[in-house]
Amino acid sequence: MDKSLIGDPLSRVDGRLKVTGGAKYSGEWELPGLAYGVLVPATITNGSVVSMDVKAAERAPGVLAVITPFNTPGVPGFKPDASQPVRGLKLFNDKLIYFNGQPIALVVAESFEKATHAASLVKASYQQDVFETDFDKNRDKGVVPQGGKYKDYVRGEADAYKKAPVVIEQEYRQPSEMHNPMELHVTIAAWDGDDKVTVYTKSQGVIGTQRSIANAFGLKPENVQVNSRFVGGAFGSSLRTWPHEIASVMAAKLLKRPVKLTLTREQMFTLVGHRPLTIQKIGLGATSDGKLVGITHESISQTAVYEEFTEGSVNVSRFLYESPNANTRYKVIPLNVGVPAPMRGPGEATGSFALESALDELAFALKMDPIELRLKNYTERDPERNLPWSSKYLKECYTRGAERIGWENRPSKPGTLREGEWLAGYGIGCGAFGAFRGRALAKVRMMADGTVNIQSATSDIGPGTGTAMTLIASDLLGVPAGRITFELGNSSFPTAPTQGGSSTVSSVGSAVHDACMAFKQKMYALAGMPENSSDPIDYVAVLKQHNLPFFELTEESQSSQQAKNYSMYSFSAHFAKVHVHPLTGAVKVKRLIAVVDAGRIVSYKTASSQMIGGAVGGIGMALTEEAIFDHKYGRYVNGNFADYHVPVNADIQDIEAIFIDKPDPYINPIGTKGIGEISLIGVAAAIANAVFNATGKRVRELPITPDKLI
Amino acid sequence: MQNDLQNYENPRDESRRDFLKQSSLLSAIALTPGAIRRAAENKWDEKIADEMGKVPLSLEVNGVPYNLKIDPRVTLLDLLREQLHLTGSKKGCDRGQCGACTVHADGARINSCLSLAVTNDGKKITTIEGLSRGDELHPMQEAFIKHDGFQCGYCTSGQIMSAVALVKEGRTQCAEQISEFMSGNICRCGAYSNIVKAIQEVKNQQS
Repeated sequence: MDKSLIGDPLSRVDGRLKVTGGAKYSGEWELPGLAYGVLVPATITNGSVVSMDVKAAERAPGVLAVITPFNTPGVPGFKPDASQPVRGLKLFNDKLIYFNGQPIALVVAESFEKATHAASLVKASYQQDVFETDFDKNRDKGVVPQGGKYKDYVRGEADAYKKAPVVIEQEYRQPSEMHNPMELHVTIAAWDGDDKVTVYTKSQGVIGTQRSIANAFGLKPENVQVNSRFVGGAFGSSLRTWPHEIASVMAAKLLKRPVKLTLTREQMFTLVGHRPLTIQKIGLGATSDGKLVGITHESISQTAVYEEFTEGSVNVSRFLYESPNANTRYKVIPLNVGVPAPMRGPGEATGSFALESALDELAFALKMDPIELRLKNYTERDPERNLPWSSKYLKECYTRGAERIGWENRPSKPGTLREGEWLAGYGIGCGAFGAFRGRALAKVRMMADGTVNIQSATSDIGPGTGTAMTLIASDLLGVPAGRITFELGNSSFPTAPTQGGSSTVSSVGSAVHDACMAFKQKMYALAGMPENSSDPIDYVAVLKQHNLPFFELTEESQSSQQAKNYSMYSFSAHFAKVHVHPLTGAVKVKRLIAVVDAGRIVSYKTASSQMIGGAVGGIGMALTEEAIFDHKYGRYVNGNFADYHVPVNADIQDIEAIFIDKPDPYINPIGTKGIGEISLIGVAAAIANAVFNATGKRVRELPITPDKLI
Repeated sequence: MQNDLQNYENPRDESRRDFLKQSSLLSAIALTPGAIRRAAENKWDEKIADEMGKVPLSLEVNGVPYNLKIDPRVTLLDLLREQLHLTGSKKGCDRGQCGACTVHADGARINSCLSLAVTNDGKKITTIEGLSRGDELHPMQEAFIKHDGFQCGYCTSGQIMSAVALVKEGRTQCAEQISEFMSGNICRCGAYSNIVKAIQEVKNQQS
């Protein structure tokens, strides 16, 4: 592919819609007769609902229905013998309560106000059982997950680190964190008869949502139309179809009216997942010159009692550094909490905080530069799978980042660099995340006037999917970006995977690539030119010559067999410079440099924003974010933006993204690997390591709040 | 009242009959505070609230005058989004903590989710939809596109409305001041540094 357009700083193709308020998010569709749903949360944390008094709610003005476990119309897919039973929590299907805030009723009324008020009138009496929300109290109850995916792993000898001349053995803790996308989770469902439903919902994958709803209600997938054109952030919270989405479809069916169900911000703390509280033990053993001889990574995370959630928090220790011996153990503790969900950099974000912090501790113990230690244990092959990397430029990331942040100014002795009244320090943290490519389809259509429309049932939760796709098509077809429209977020478009795991440009971009290539060849054929010609072609003339009002084709694209011979990862090195106030313990991230090996960068402008945005998320993880439980009641006490602190504008100073921008030769025809996750993975460790460098205090428990430093 | 009754179309006839009975009873009651209190004691308060229900409201939104009768519980944000179908102003928390709902009321930036609609009687409201002049974007909108001051776009309306007010407030002396006074507008995608650049550009154009 020519470098001509790929990488151009194209402004977001949907920018105008977003700055004028014209972008329609899922809760903003106007449907005649729209009714409003509000969920009523359980006020106990474990047990069951014994009885409910819904008379007052039912008699409140404008109330259309109060759905409870006592009168639910039910969902076909909730039955265990359904061909595709619904997984996870089945709302109102039984009277059991697994966590505080679990919905016990759905009130539907003529307006949001009426529904909200009526919801406050619902009364329930409960049978309360002993509940467990306290991770520390239940730490010995960790179990190996049921699925075979996260079995213990041993390469060489287990716990070999213990015999090494230099040993680091430490425990790291990360609290539960909430995705907290700005848009509230919302679903509008509207039935057309008994066998067709249209759903507007906050989804990272309209095809996945279509399938889930079809399974739940026993419908043909093509009878479920899912729209999610604009998504107000998600970060993993919309990867699956949640119980409240099923409930809104159920309510709309019952009432034969469109129903909109919007979660409150507080409800989003329990109903749409979180990054689970995780404690990790890292054991590192090294020779006195810094060669790793053993890595042990143990992780234990919370999950829900009613559904098991697992993630690869230990995986990073298997492949990121060379070590003859490595072993990992992963356990989960089922607690009375809402089920976790993958959150930006799932697994690796958690794991790299521990591993990269431990590596910094080892460097300090060895009196070695942290970059030098990483170089000493650099891997040229994937030691876990024993395969060559498809591409890896992490060394270049170290060099570029060190140069850019002024690594030479880093004091080798912590707590010795002062800038004004502040202590200053530098830190590095690395990230890696699997580079994937899924099967995807794209349809390219050119109209007689030469304008191009491309469709694929992918999503854009914020990274700028349409912008990247437009650049790819523009480059291949030689059509200016302004004459191309890319449409997504509609389940009737050609199939595409869910937007997750940093794989959209790799999967859907490849489909767009292949579709454009095929389109071009057909056009050359129609023009009587050789198919592989690179001569300019006048599409409009060709269409006219053949009397075609338009020409379109759909192309399917997926990974090649050859790709299986390589281990594919995106890599990042994050460099942080922090200031710590010696009296107040306040931490300011003065600079963050994210250097990224993610293959070819398709859309520089949006990719740069995505990297910076991930770094902001990493600052939140490092310094501010923590969902706090009150174990007396089993309830979050900070379920809102005032008490759960995501970074605000004043928390952010100088953040810069640097791309190595070398194409990966094997992953896909574009050579791109993906950046959504690695933009965050490694940031928390970089900051924690910089705080140590500034103060000499090692904080192993996130977030690094001032009380931990003074 | 006609509309209200239509609103009560309910598949369950029983509750509808129930309501009709009570509402005719209510119409016989003189609506003095005492009567309201008695009604409340008899658990008729729901019905009364709805019967008395709607409150007149006159306001101007983006230059368009509206004379409405609304449920007094409706926030300005929900009025804009659900009744006037101006969905550019966003709901991110409904508690005045995120700023996605920021609009201008008589020129000042406010969190429209914290403002009951009826308290805006006689006010001039400007939302993101009213910022551009036809096809010509406001300089702040242009600058947000140019500097990529957003990703998912959900906080963007609020950011831009805050930013426009910020420039008017003169709180754009330096990047630190801009950051401080834009900190009521959360962006989870993390576009903060680009937002600051956009504001600085507009400020420089105007000075």
